Amino acid sequence: MTSTTFVPAFPVPVIPVRELLPWAIFAGLILLLAIYFVGAEEGATSLISGMYVHEFVHDGRHLLGFPCH
Amino acid sequence: MVRTLLVRGMLTGILAGLLTFGFLKVYGEPQVDIAIAFETQMDLAKEAAERAKGVAVQGQPELVSRQVQAGIGLFTAVMVYCTAFGGLFGLVFAFAYGRVSGLLTPQAVSLMLAAVGFVAIYLVPNLKYPANPPSIGDPATIKMRTALYFIMIAISIAAMIGAFALRRLLIVRFGDWNANFIVAGYYLVIVVIAGFLLPAVNEVPQQFPAVVLWKFRMASLGAQCILWATLGVLFGASAERVLAAGRVRAAGRVRA
Ligand SMILES: [Zn+2]
Repeated sequence: MTSTTFVPAFPVPVIPVRELLPWAIFAGLILLLAIYFVGAEEGATSLISGMYVHEFVHDGRHLLGFPCH
Repeated sequence: MVRTLLVRGMLTGILAGLLTFGFLKVYGEPQVDIAIAFETQMDLAKEAAERAKGVAVQGQPELVSRQVQAGIGLFTAVMVYCTAFGGLFGLVFAFAYGRVSGLLTPQAVSLMLAAVGFVAIYLVPNLKYPANPPSIGDPATIKMRTALYFIMIAISIAAMIGAFALRRLLIVRFGDWNANFIVAGYYLVIVVIAGFLLPAVNEVPQQFPAVVLWKFRMASLGAQCILWATLGVLFGASAERVLAAGRVRAAGRVRA
């Protein structure tokens, strides 16, 4: 088990911000957009016309805690 | 490294999504069904009253069947939500590891981030604006309710980030342990003030069964517990392997 548990005796190196930033911006935005589609699209705001997305994810929206109807 | 952590976060999210979906299917859907039956009853009573007054009533066509909503619809919503949160979790971990505390193991950082994320993103905002089953909200107030909910989440997350920044400053003076309590108090004060200042939303109809509301909210809470617990435990284990492999490579380079 020594290979899967370790206690570092000295501070571990951090991932530099300039390496993180592009991922945080591009992946972060796409992931937030995905959450937006589950949580709020065709409710408070609408990027796509109609109500299909809202109706399709409807039960999840309620159960995941987003305001709906 | 960031890419690996992002991918592992999303994979952990997929696993958490499967567990969360199973839980919601069993404990959440029955409450949604009862709530929709209640709503249908209320609508029918209203329609009958309108007809009695001589007003023409037009029913709304069903865009997506209940079966689809409760099946593939719920599955898709939960999987997208959990996978996205898993990915974001991986990104936040990539930033936090080594920064929050240089001495914490990947498993400990992951567990701590999951606990903090659960409190800041779900628990606290939902104490102010709790999850509601269908038939509770007024469609006319959806914009306001959504805005208030997201404002509460934003304040909560900002207060939590502030707490971590404050913790760095306080550790030198008060030590690790005491700094944790001070910043926890700081976070609580901010969200309590925000909760006090933001307007209340309570649109639960008088006749709505209290037991159904309670069970629905517990199902919602349970689902989030499963999501965040899975992320905290499994992502930590997964990240530890990646980071350990990185250390072995680095050590090899030093020796060579
Ligand atoms: Zn709804």
